[in-house]
Amino acid sequence: MTRALWSHLVKDLRIEWRSLDAIVSMLFFSGLVVVLFSLAFDPRGAFSQQIAGGVLCVATLFASVSALNQAWAREIRHQVLDAQRMAPTPGAELFLAKVLANFLFVTLVQAILAPVFIVFYNLRIEGQAWLLAVVLPLGTWALVANGTFFAALSIRSRNRELLLPLILFPIFIPALLAMVQATTAILTGESDPSLWIKMLAGYDIIFTTASLLLFDVVFNAE
Amino acid sequence: MKKLAIGIWVAVTAVLMVWGFYQAIYAAPVDERQGEIYRVIFYHVPSAMAAFLFFAISLAGSIGYLALRRHRPDRAQISDAWALAGAEVGVVFCTVVLITGPIWGRRAWNMWWTWDARLTTTLVLWLIYVSYLLLRRFAAGPQMQTLAAVLNIFGALDVPIVYMSNRWWVGQHPRPVFGGDPGSGMDPAMLPAFGWNVLAWLAWGLLILTLRYHVERKSQKLAAREVQEALNA
Repeated sequence: MTRALWSHLVKDLRIEWRSLDAIVSMLFFSGLVVVLFSLAFDPRGAFSQQIAGGVLCVATLFASVSALNQAWAREIRHQVLDAQRMAPTPGAELFLAKVLANFLFVTLVQAILAPVFIVFYNLRIEGQAWLLAVVLPLGTWALVANGTFFAALSIRSRNRELLLPLILFPIFIPALLAMVQATTAILTGESDPSLWIKMLAGYDIIFTTASLLLFDVVFNAE
Repeated sequence: MKKLAIGIWVAVTAVLMVWGFYQAIYAAPVDERQGEIYRVIFYHVPSAMAAFLFFAISLAGSIGYLALRRHRPDRAQISDAWALAGAEVGVVFCTVVLITGPIWGRRAWNMWWTWDARLTTTLVLWLIYVSYLLLRRFAAGPQMQTLAAVLNIFGALDVPIVYMSNRWWVGQHPRPVFGGDPGSGMDPAMLPAFGWNVLAWLAWGLLILTLRYHVERKSQKLAAREVQEALNA
């Protein structure tokens, strides 16, 4: 890990530690989504096992968009973004630091949300529970890596807060599908999630590589 | 000269489309198992092929734009016009695929839509290119072209997933008719109708693509001239 990446990461973590903006808003928002879904679908019995995985993933998705919109918008004040653009370090390091920071935030939110979730949906994990510790980080990484990239892309447009979900959601759909299928397979224990885990890992590798390669182009677009 | 070429192309396209329609509706024999409804394939599959071709043109345009934008800005503008034209016409053909599919599915599967892998991913592809067109609308100035080109590359990374999905995941969608498993393929009596329709729809798509490209080039030149006039004033 190089120094530039480390200092960007420490800076983002420190800002978050002092303000707790992203984590608190994500936590409350995803909690709301969970409550809304449980009111809308009345999850009881086997049905709750079926939909819980999907609800958890969609709740994470909606919540992290609100935080990802702020990830770059926060740098616009005091022209920090321009300073970062002029810094003689590769943009990929800045990007990776942002992804790591947001990945930690979203993972923390998921870790807090999971017990609430199990209570609200009366879940019993029928499959191998430890696989969730593989699936959720892989899915979160796919979400955060793409989300950070497209947030940097949409920051240059009019109504950027609107544009981010419009371009992130279509690209993220294959990963969401894999994440939901794998989580549901683990919760119900009815099928083998390994194909979906492989697909998630492949998606992560492909899109993270593309993001790292193309980040400088987007960041310095003029 | 250019106008004459376009005129000839229009005439050839019109003849091809009439001939293709005759072949598809009257000349091709009725399918033994599916009945008349199978004729949707003469529109569904050529549209899908055209959509993939135009998305590929759009991708090539975007890569060309990214590669040329620094040292050959004039060539980069040409590339960007192809990227935009390919995406727009591709979305139209992809829409046709998504409309003709359910029409067939209603009769063959007894349901309009199913969340099968290939259907889902074609829909995803359509969504991605619509979001590409939205980005072009929302972002302004020359940076918009760069951002759109990057998004196009991300969209194109999805295309292999779309194409392979039918082979990876067992789903509702028919197995590939052409180049699929042994025993797949069309009745030879249906092949001419299929070939003529592929030809007709590709000719039609290329015509629209070229026209759209020229419109975009004109508007690029107009914008450049306005900038120049503003600078001179």
